[in-house]
Amino acid sequence: MYIYDEVDSRIVKERVAQFQGQTDRYFAGTLAADEYLPLRLQNGLYVQRHAPMLRVAIPYGMINSTQLRKLAQLSRDFDKGYVHFTTRQNVQFNWPEIKDVPEMLRQLADVEMHAIQTSGNCIRNTTTDQFAGVIDDEVVDPRPYCEIIRQWSTLHPEYAFLPRKFKIAVNACPSADRAAIAVHDIGLEIVKNAEGHVGFKVFVGGGLGRTPIIGSLINDFVAEKDLLTYLEAILRVYNRHGRRDNKYKARIKILVKALTPAVFKEKVEAEWAFLKDSENQLTEQEISRVKAFFTAPAYENLERNCAEFVAAQEESKGFANWIKRCTNDHKVDGYRIVTLTLKKTGIPPGDATDRQVDIVADLADRYSFGEVRVTHDQNLVLADVREDQLHALWKEAQAVGFATPNLGMLTDMICCPGGDFCGLANAKSIPVAEQIQLTFDNMDYLYDLGEIDLNISGCMNACGHHHVGNIGVLGVDKRGQEFYQVSLGGDSGRDASIGKILGPSFARADMPNVITKLIDVFVENRSEDELFIDTYRRIGMDPFKERVYAKAD
Amino acid sequence: MPKLINLTGDQANTFELLAKDYEGDVKANTIVPMAFFMANREAVLNAGNVGIWIDSEEQPEELPETAKTLPVIAINFPKFMDGRGYSIARYARERLNFEGELRAIGDVLLDQLSYLKRCGFNAFDMRDDVDTELALSSLGEFTEAYQASNEQPTPLFRRR
Repeated sequence: MYIYDEVDSRIVKERVAQFQGQTDRYFAGTLAADEYLPLRLQNGLYVQRHAPMLRVAIPYGMINSTQLRKLAQLSRDFDKGYVHFTTRQNVQFNWPEIKDVPEMLRQLADVEMHAIQTSGNCIRNTTTDQFAGVIDDEVVDPRPYCEIIRQWSTLHPEYAFLPRKFKIAVNACPSADRAAIAVHDIGLEIVKNAEGHVGFKVFVGGGLGRTPIIGSLINDFVAEKDLLTYLEAILRVYNRHGRRDNKYKARIKILVKALTPAVFKEKVEAEWAFLKDSENQLTEQEISRVKAFFTAPAYENLERNCAEFVAAQEESKGFANWIKRCTNDHKVDGYRIVTLTLKKTGIPPGDATDRQVDIVADLADRYSFGEVRVTHDQNLVLADVREDQLHALWKEAQAVGFATPNLGMLTDMICCPGGDFCGLANAKSIPVAEQIQLTFDNMDYLYDLGEIDLNISGCMNACGHHHVGNIGVLGVDKRGQEFYQVSLGGDSGRDASIGKILGPSFARADMPNVITKLIDVFVENRSEDELFIDTYRRIGMDPFKERVYAKAD
Repeated sequence: MPKLINLTGDQANTFELLAKDYEGDVKANTIVPMAFFMANREAVLNAGNVGIWIDSEEQPEELPETAKTLPVIAINFPKFMDGRGYSIARYARERLNFEGELRAIGDVLLDQLSYLKRCGFNAFDMRDDVDTELALSSLGEFTEAYQASNEQPTPLFRRR
């Protein structure tokens, strides 16, 4: 994991001091509320429906046990004893007092964490694959590049007041895209060219929200030394030419669409011509410096599938299921990647209590070199667990509710905080998730259904990524009532696609029934082990539509 | 009347800012809109004591190279959330190689000064109630930055 040097630490601390001053002026009445607003947003502080919300960055999802314990402690000292992990590898406190936030930031800075640019119209936290660095199927570890982007984007003087928020995601895995780069403002795919040199395929203008669009490829090989100058060129074109007259048309996707990707690319490359050979060109030395923080931990020399591990799976079906569902192959023999699920029925997806966070920290220390990753589907990952210790870990994880073996299944939903917490939401999302989890509580049946992404957003802002759910649910306001619009066919992975709307929306009470009908149509039409998304792509929308909207005879 | 400050303190504002639709003669000690300058280049440049201002939606790429000899270039921020002026400033400094007074005008807030300075501004038209001491001290809130910028052309990674 990246470790701050004196300069990194100083910058974060100076930012805390600056924010303390701004907050003091706000309380003293010398800084107007509307002028304080963008300043606090750029420090992750929103004012929500019930209380302020502080969003803290977990850069590209990496967090260590010391940092986790700090989050738990802050949630006890300044909040209601729980935190919420988001879909963009951030963590949120839902109930802090504004006056306490500078102190919270000060304490976060002590453990090398910050809330810089977690909100506002600026470059946000860069995200990547939660399995970065521990899977075989990876061009190179994407995290050093994410850290280089983090540093470049942190307090960038030119891009603090962009037309709209700006999100960058990086993927380095050829067979899967767990970072959903196609639906980001910039998606970077790490590739190697014919000479074996590392570079980036650059996608621009993807996004969800009101106008979901898949990003356009504008350059199929930007060399690693040119990473920052190319990003700089894209941002400058966007900052100058992105729309500012209508916040719903202000994302880069609208600009790219209006200009066409080809013309957008021309503008970027014209700008890049000036920047390419500047001092911003990355040096070998800097790339090596940052890479040196992401070296392999002290793995033991182990055999794959040791007898103890095999026997434990034979003895316990529950353990075997969990291994199959919640763990992945590791590039090093004798280790597996474990996903701890935060999707137990009745708990808002992504929420964890202070006690649970402390326990995760403890599990990380004892089983996984003290490091944890936060995933974009709101779960936590212990990336380096020895196979012979998996059974013990499973027992402990079960005891705290982290081992519901529903990873990737229908009930492992992505869900925004919704109308229970968020001032923007049209409708509640968490109760819908809970109803669905209660309806589909038979684990064997869920396994039979296979992987289905069900994503729920409480409003058009699409924090629950409903457009890319195989089944997407969007909260809408219909004459003051909460209704839910359902879409089918979204996919955030390799074959990224945006879901299509099924038809008129439904009342909350009808939702479990609607989902049941959709699943029934899938089961009846499925061939063998076909996944929901593949059945949908084969048979289309009509059979689902007919069933759900059929008049009762 | 806005209060003009530069990197060292309060300044007397010796230039009159002319409206965007100004039509008429070139007057000494004024800042004329970019469109006026484009239509009256020679007269403005020959005056020697006339500057120009660029609005946030205007294209600085259209300026002639001779614009770098102007005594002052002002860049307008219609709203402080409109960040186009930061990029326009860098264009003026880094492409046009303008070395004179680069002034931020319009909705310029104290908490933006440090970013503005890093993009090349060295004068700021502030509200008249701004505390100059506080404004100047905000310029020193950060002792280091990652990026290359107008005030530090070498990014941190080349200095580590």
